[in-house]
Amino acid sequence: MKTSEVLNSLQFSHTIRRLCYQLIENHNDFSNSALIGLQPNGIYVANRLKKELNSICEIEVLTGSLDITFYRDDFRRNNKPLIPSVTNLDFSIENKKVILMDDVLFTGRTVRSGLDAIMAYGRPLKVELLALIERRFSHHIPIRPDYIGQSIDTIQSERVTVKWKETDGKDQVILHTPPEK
Amino acid sequence: MKDLSVEHLLGIKQLNKADIDIIFETADSFKRVINRPIRKVPTLRDITIANLFFENSTRTKLSFELAQKRLSADVINFSAGSSSLTKGETLIDTVNNILSMKVDIVVMRHPFPGAHQFLSRHIEARIINAGDGTHEHPTQALLDCYSIKEKLGSLKNKKVVIVGDIMHSRVALSNIFALQKLGAKVMVCGPTTLIPKYIEQLGVLVENNLIKALKWCDVANMLRIQLERQDISYFPSIREYRSLFQLNSSILNSLNKEILIMHPGPINRGVEITSEVADSENSIILDQVENGVAIRMAVIYLLASKINRI
Repeated sequence: MKTSEVLNSLQFSHTIRRLCYQLIENHNDFSNSALIGLQPNGIYVANRLKKELNSICEIEVLTGSLDITFYRDDFRRNNKPLIPSVTNLDFSIENKKVILMDDVLFTGRTVRSGLDAIMAYGRPLKVELLALIERRFSHHIPIRPDYIGQSIDTIQSERVTVKWKETDGKDQVILHTPPEK
Repeated sequence: MKDLSVEHLLGIKQLNKADIDIIFETADSFKRVINRPIRKVPTLRDITIANLFFENSTRTKLSFELAQKRLSADVINFSAGSSSLTKGETLIDTVNNILSMKVDIVVMRHPFPGAHQFLSRHIEARIINAGDGTHEHPTQALLDCYSIKEKLGSLKNKKVVIVGDIMHSRVALSNIFALQKLGAKVMVCGPTTLIPKYIEQLGVLVENNLIKALKWCDVANMLRIQLERQDISYFPSIREYRSLFQLNSSILNSLNKEILIMHPGPINRGVEITSEVADSENSIILDQVENGVAIRMAVIYLLASKINRI
């Protein structure tokens, strides 16, 4: 498997910072907004953005995580059951501007499930989508993010992994390409 | 990723600890689902479930039906009183007729021990035992253990006494299996006539003195005296049973320690337990009912995920 770096640590931090400023432009002081990470990897994005927003403008943004397992469209299409993870929303999303976020937007199916899942917690005023990495031309569903860290062109068999300082020791985005047959 | 080791939930005896752990883990998620503004998920929208109750039930049937509806399954209900059984149809014929309506899961309560085992050898659908005579009631045991775990953190080395009519109780048997698999120590307590002769072979302690049993335990699970199964008199009178085996506040106060009080319902208030104790702070009877829905959602979800994987 061939690997190439999509974002190095410095580019990663610039991207996060840019996303923060884009969010600030639209959400001002975030008094009526919340960041919600899609389980499992979206929570890293949400937590990092929360931390970065706090360091930029000293605000505590409401942050939560959303499990989408029971809304997935591949139930009974796997060899193993889909084991749920945790939803952690200790605030009401009613009439709030919600920003759903994930590390990689690939087929769009997770986001589709996330849109259904979030509505079970109330009626948000607005729902936006943020993706750290968007794999263009790979979407199975017509879903487009409002905020994009980096768009990349990939083929179906390639894989993107996002590494985080908190868990992997450094921030990095890697593209894995299988050998040609 | 983990998967259940069984295709049906016939009893706790067939489960291993990992199965119980995965059911509990999944139930945690469903408990959060049933406590949020919209208490329903669309997961089982293409699954049909038949609830076949060949024996009376109120809460178990309601709990199963609610669990199925919270998962968005289609549900059909059938009870013996209104069925062709009274016209002489066999169990397999009755169930096959229902299955030809494309049913994926059968939840069944039946008066004969082993009815589910028998049925599982003859039909394609997944079977969940909702009680088979005096044999097993697995979902009740799962929800009881889940409720204890929720309050005490773990069941490892916890001491649980099951008090009452052990002989006729499927709840007792399933609880013994489940508690032991999770590492708890189990004692049964009741009149000698209502404790099966060879119960010690299951590795449980036997005690006929309620106070001694309560002094030993961390959790007391009080069973209902099943008047409908007392075909002969196992004890002289309700009054005598009450004087020897009723859990009341004066006994509890004399223990000088806190114990969790459980009851699978329906309660005979004033017989095996007083109202004061049943409604006290240490009673988790209503938590058991709430957890029952989450546990049944988890069992149905996990078994449904094994149906004709596409």
